[in-house]
Amino acid sequence: MNEIRISAPLLESDVLKLKAGDRVLISGTIITARDAAHMRLLQLIKENKPLPIRLEGQVIYYAGPSPAPEGRPIGACGPTTSYRMDKLTPPLLALGLKGMIGKGDRSDDVIKCMVEFGAVYFAAVGGAGALIASAVQAAEVIAFEDLGPEALMALTVVDFPAFVAIDAKGADMYRTEPIKYRR
Amino acid sequence: MKRIHIDEITLAVKNACIDINYQIDDRIMEAFKEGLVNERSPIGIGIMNDLIQNADLAKHKIAPICQDTGMIVAFVTIGQSVLIEGGSCSEAIQAGIRAGYKEGFLRKSVVTDPLIRINSGDNTPGIVYYDLVEGDAFEIELAAKGFGSENMSKSFMLKPSDGIEGVVDCVLETVRSAGSNPCPPIIVGVGIGGTLDKAAQIAKRALLRPLGDSNALTHISALEKRLLREINALGIGPQGLGGDTTALAVHVEVFPTHIAGLPVVVNINCHASRHHKITL
Repeated sequence: MNEIRISAPLLESDVLKLKAGDRVLISGTIITARDAAHMRLLQLIKENKPLPIRLEGQVIYYAGPSPAPEGRPIGACGPTTSYRMDKLTPPLLALGLKGMIGKGDRSDDVIKCMVEFGAVYFAAVGGAGALIASAVQAAEVIAFEDLGPEALMALTVVDFPAFVAIDAKGADMYRTEPIKYRR
Repeated sequence: MKRIHIDEITLAVKNACIDINYQIDDRIMEAFKEGLVNERSPIGIGIMNDLIQNADLAKHKIAPICQDTGMIVAFVTIGQSVLIEGGSCSEAIQAGIRAGYKEGFLRKSVVTDPLIRINSGDNTPGIVYYDLVEGDAFEIELAAKGFGSENMSKSFMLKPSDGIEGVVDCVLETVRSAGSNPCPPIIVGVGIGGTLDKAAQIAKRALLRPLGDSNALTHISALEKRLLREINALGIGPQGLGGDTTALAVHVEVFPTHIAGLPVVVNINCHASRHHKITL
């Protein structure tokens, strides 16, 4: 298994070299957004209003962390289930989003757009909220504060562990791996 | 007559909310370790090692096991000769949830209206069921139910002639279509019989049984074993990335039903499986 260190936001060259099955350690800045934040972003796009984040090269992390105890940057912050964002994702990919981190498989439409616009989908381990928290060095709410755990946050991460579950060519571990173990 | 003050209830609920979110069930930990022995997928093994490490970090209060610290479901068993003093039992439970989620730095994941969707800010209301029994027992079986797995649950209204094969098909279809989404390895709770709502309630209750304990009915414990074997042959594996460890346990509960019906509800739980029984 390849283990690759990459930085976020993502470079086009990194997106293209990543292959489904690679284990990656992500360092840099990633943005948390889940259901409610996606709906707001899409509303802003629809109204032609400026977005609170730059999407080009960006990595969105589908997560709603638990509150930070005193002295720590964040509480538990594992991934939430990605399929709920499937219908909300293509417009963001069209605007330059290059990476998504979540858990669980994606729709055919999302994968088609990932291939068209060149983006990669990372799977983090669902339920490993404390483990992933130890890769987060800083967290700052950047928009939609009223959404509480669903606010947009910028996370500064070092060696955030994930797998490339679906790559920019459309290779998809959720389709290729389980059949190997079917009995 | 046994007297219980509401403050005792609030305190016990508060402590349980915090404890179950930081301290993984011993049996889940054993099941991860057993899974490691049988798992063929290297990725699956890596994921289960991550989960063991995660449980250890949570135990040391680095952060809760999972950021989805759940919606509270409480099954209260109360004896007819118990006197609750000082106020409302239901309000005492809600107060315990409110205090536990605040003091434990747990995520507030409840919205007050399913369509307007404003966060209640304190993780209430929890869902409370009461069972009135003879004697002076007072127990609360409390679960913090995550929704990644709750969303993958299903109900079916089968025909009596569908029988046990129909039930097996429902469970396998639910687990197959849930795939990678509910954070496998999962625990599967199945409620068979009663009405639509009763089947759902006993399916949820099945998830609170100590992990891996069998139903006392021999035909149901045989069904549990068969379902576990067939689910783990699906290949879904840890996190749906392939492997042999898709479910850690299948718990089935049954209830009398109508001559015309065979309700089946499949309620899925993630590997965090947070629950605790309070006895006062």
